[in-house]
Amino acid sequence: MQETVIEAGRSEKHYWADIIRFRELLWILAVRDITVRYKQTMIGVAWAIVRPVMTVLVFVFAFHKVAKISDTSGIDFKIIVFTGVIFWNFFAAAFQQVSNSITGNANLVSKVYFPRLLMPLSSIAVPLLDFLVGFIVLVPFLIYSGISIDYHILFVPVFLFFAFMAALSLGIIFASLNVQYRDFQQIVPLIVQYGFFICPVAYSTSSIKDLSWYPFYTWLNPLASIIEGFRWCLIPNYPYFTWNSFLPTILFVCLTTIIAIVFFRKRENSFVDFI
Amino acid sequence: MTVIEAQNVSKRYIIDHKKGNAKSNTFREVITDTFRNIFTKGEDDEVEHEDFWALKDVSFKIEQGDRVGVVGSNGAGKSTLLKVLSRITEPTQGKITIKGRVASLLEVGTGFHPELSGRENIFLNGAILGMKRDEIKKHFDAIVDFAGVEKFLDTPVKRYSSGMYVRLGFAISAHLEPEIMIVDEVLAVGDADFQRKCLGKMKDASTSGRTILFVSHNLTAVQGLCNKAMYMQKGQLIQMGETNLIMSNYLSQIQKTDLQVTYTNQSEAPGNDRVRLKSVKLVPNYLDNQNHLDVRTSFKIQIEFWNYMDQANLNISLHINSLTGECIFNIGTPSIKFDKGIISAECEIPNDFLNDGSYSLSFMIVKDTASVIYNFEEALIFEIEDYREGTVWYGKWPGYVRPKIEFPIMQLEYENAI
Repeated sequence: MQETVIEAGRSEKHYWADIIRFRELLWILAVRDITVRYKQTMIGVAWAIVRPVMTVLVFVFAFHKVAKISDTSGIDFKIIVFTGVIFWNFFAAAFQQVSNSITGNANLVSKVYFPRLLMPLSSIAVPLLDFLVGFIVLVPFLIYSGISIDYHILFVPVFLFFAFMAALSLGIIFASLNVQYRDFQQIVPLIVQYGFFICPVAYSTSSIKDLSWYPFYTWLNPLASIIEGFRWCLIPNYPYFTWNSFLPTILFVCLTTIIAIVFFRKRENSFVDFI
Repeated sequence: MTVIEAQNVSKRYIIDHKKGNAKSNTFREVITDTFRNIFTKGEDDEVEHEDFWALKDVSFKIEQGDRVGVVGSNGAGKSTLLKVLSRITEPTQGKITIKGRVASLLEVGTGFHPELSGRENIFLNGAILGMKRDEIKKHFDAIVDFAGVEKFLDTPVKRYSSGMYVRLGFAISAHLEPEIMIVDEVLAVGDADFQRKCLGKMKDASTSGRTILFVSHNLTAVQGLCNKAMYMQKGQLIQMGETNLIMSNYLSQIQKTDLQVTYTNQSEAPGNDRVRLKSVKLVPNYLDNQNHLDVRTSFKIQIEFWNYMDQANLNISLHINSLTGECIFNIGTPSIKFDKGIISAECEIPNDFLNDGSYSLSFMIVKDTASVIYNFEEALIFEIEDYREGTVWYGKWPGYVRPKIEFPIMQLEYENAI
């Protein structure tokens, strides 16, 4: 028979086993978010295509047509923006959903026990689905634009994984802080907004390669190489990504993951007292 | 076998008070306070922290198959205890060991999503309560049937009536099959018919050897369902033991209304220059081990008053009124000629007569059977608690009186099965 010991500050031995045991709940929470997402809409999941396409059109209009900016890499501006937006949207949405996942499920936190980590995990389902839908539209677009996609596309899951982990771990840290201080609810949209410009979403790193601090760029912004890596998978001979420049990202993601887990586990038992 | 063992469990909350008049009331104060706080960083001088112990040194053991009712007034720590036991919040001190799968039911329909249909919510809520998908599938029809929502299975629950919502919520949790079940005040919802269904289901669960922890303000339900009870007060466990014993201690504690009023000083007693009240007493004839009034208790009403009139034909007319002021019955003494002095009257209200509830007692002193000399309104207020056996229905027993009238029932004919 299963024996549970409840004690102050006791780190549950069965925690990770519990997560496996509750995997059905994880699945159901994810399905819930997805089902609810497009309820009472007319075009449903097509919104996952409309939103990034509109963003791309506005950017192409504002920067390319009005401000006459072209990407210095010589690659079609539309392609740079489309790839960037699809991938950034995934990261941004995942980060936002995760950081709101605990406060958004306050009714569950205060009424029932399950490993709290399920809430941030399940909340990534919607952004992930949106990304997949967007990706399915992106690939034909690239082919139509004359890009010959090669075997590099097989590396997409690698970059998706790192984006996933980065969004999850950063989101978890913010989610735990958000429970006690709702200030973080205000900060998250700002981070996402600034991140859009700081990261090479609507431009490629070729635009900044002449700057004096360019060699440290990937260390300063570990997220940049995930996006550039994604472009590298889709655009043949894309020159602004090397596996060396990916090293800071790997280190960064490992570090934030460890911090996130330790931080979250330490606080999750008292979430209900602050929520 | 002990399935739940709690050792010195305490739970502390820290409450913040703003010191003195530091409370900001106006917009201007809010602005200035905010700036002061930013620049002085003086959070510690502004806010006082106070420890509040929602649970303090609670220790107990629960054996397998026990049905334990937790009683206590609001703020006694009942819900906090259940939250700690269901691992929703951790204790500040102490240790709890639980053997077996626990399902806690602190709310009906936890996690229901308004946009999802009844069908989807059954699976969602079931999973949240810890049921496996196969288990839910197995019980699906029974759940739908119990809740009576067949027609609305594919309607979003936001369009459900509140009754349907609650019924569906309870139906799901009623089909949980954990070894230990923790239930908070969830039965105080739905109509009488549904409540009866719920309590019947709980009774079934209890007879199947499951351990149940049950918090309720419906003391009748606790009495009927539980074989043991815990009485909590201000975060502490006052007493735990056999239900009837704990309940009567608890009830005598909350039945704090005085059952007698006595005046020794004539000048302070209510009345006028012709009669003044000396005392009015309600004297219960308690059964063995009883220390509170319930429907089984008979009691005497004794009235004494000072009479300042000579050769007066006096009688007392006594009213028992419900809480809303309706007269339930009125009895009168015979009218007798009295001289100055103390007059006393006594009557006995039989057991199994008044229903449970709050009552007030008023009486008039009447001269010559027609003119009221003085009306002592609401001279006493008393409460009668419920008690019943041999039923699984714990709703409010209707009516003001509850006489035990013989009501035999029998089978008159047998239908021949051939």
